[in-house]
Amino acid sequence: MKIASRFLTPPEPAATIQLTLDGEPVTARAGDTVAAALLAHSGDASRLTARGAPRTAFCMMGVCFDCLVEVDGRPNCQGCMVQVRDGMVLRRQRGPRKLMGGAQDA
Amino acid sequence: MASGTSDIAIIGGGVVGLSTALGLLRSGRQVTVFDGADMDLRASQGNFGLVWLQGKGADFAPYAEWTRDAVAAWPDFAGGLKDLTGTDVALDQSGGFEFFTDSEEFSDFAAALGRQQAVLGNRFSHEIVSGDDLRRSHPGIGPDVVGASFCPLDGHVNPLRLLQVLRCAVLGAGGRLVTDAHVVDVQASGGGFDLTLRDATRVTAERIVLCAGLGTSALAGKLGFRTRVRPQRGELLITEKLAERLPFLSSTIRQVDEGGVQIGGTKADAGPDDSETLEVMAGLARHAVQVFPALADVRVVRAWGALRVMSPDGYPVYARSRLHPDAHLVTCHSGVTLAPLHATALADWINGSVDAPNLEAFDENRFALSDAA
Ligand code: FES
Repeated sequence: MKIASRFLTPPEPAATIQLTLDGEPVTARAGDTVAAALLAHSGDASRLTARGAPRTAFCMMGVCFDCLVEVDGRPNCQGCMVQVRDGMVLRRQRGPRKLMGGAQDA
Repeated sequence: MASGTSDIAIIGGGVVGLSTALGLLRSGRQVTVFDGADMDLRASQGNFGLVWLQGKGADFAPYAEWTRDAVAAWPDFAGGLKDLTGTDVALDQSGGFEFFTDSEEFSDFAAALGRQQAVLGNRFSHEIVSGDDLRRSHPGIGPDVVGASFCPLDGHVNPLRLLQVLRCAVLGAGGRLVTDAHVVDVQASGGGFDLTLRDATRVTAERIVLCAGLGTSALAGKLGFRTRVRPQRGELLITEKLAERLPFLSSTIRQVDEGGVQIGGTKADAGPDDSETLEVMAGLARHAVQVFPALADVRVVRAWGALRVMSPDGYPVYARSRLHPDAHLVTCHSGVTLAPLHATALADWINGSVDAPNLEAFDENRFALSDAA
């Protein structure tokens, strides 16, 4: 077995994905994680903590939970653990999630 | 450093040991608290934080009374801790539920609360609510709940913050706190006590209070006590933080002041093993969703097992050694609920003050000598 076959085929370097962040269109590189796409899009905070402090992805490996973001209506997803998909709907969270899903409104 | 002589040595730096230390410090004593090692079994670091009265002492009046006094003393105690340390332990005593999905368990518990009511009279109150009435007053309670009891005196605190605040309060009141100081041996000698720590350090104390939780049994015999304690495992889950407040507190589902929902209440005899199990965790999650179906979509972020400290009959033990009258033993399962009394009346009792409470009912003479075998 060739060693290369153990790995996922890398996406075309030029391939792009269209998604939205708080309703605004964002273009991301295929194969990137949501966290990487948000960092590449802007260095802005991708959420606010329960006490209102700004956060964005930090460890990029599933440990720190600073990258939490709402993905397709599901709150508190770790952006660094999810790959971007065409048509993905991302929303920044402001404070904790609501009981019935969704992020808190600003 | 862990050397020299102290007036009183407290063996155990959990909620019980620290509360007791605080009371003794306030009475003017010099106190050193010996706290065990990181990996020791620590009920104070895994518990649920309830300040709970309903169901306590239904069949043992002294415990019902003692718990009632403790619950009543909590607001002043929390206020005092805040004055001392500047930190709020998030005491909330707005009442608590016990939810039932099994009719027989429901009626048994209702009967127990009837007995507790008879013992405490107008110092207690409770309601028994049918499932349908409950769903009218609390929309969102699931259809499988057959009924609930409610006690307006029940509440909770943030248990980890309580532990931290007690440590600060003990230090602030002039106590010494020696950490990583697992006491492996204690011997009476010449009117005092010699303690040996795991690192072979030796210290002496004129008096001793053994508050070592699950470490109690190993030292109790050396001081002439017959009390032995056993671990009872509970498993707990905590969810992601929620923006809203849950519309209830129960003995198995509580929302931490910071927003996460803690779910617990299981009981198992698993020896000293404090690990968690998938089966029990799944059961806890199922219970929470039965009680409040909206929790189904909320994710669990951590789960752990913790060991309760159980005396042979489950009630507290406050004992003075018959062989060595300057040695006391304090152990209980409800260290959080009883903390305000451990920090006041219990110090009077240890000091032998004239106005000390009569704690005879909690003496260890209720256990057979064979329990200590
Ligand atoms: S960036 Fe740390 S968990 Fe995602």
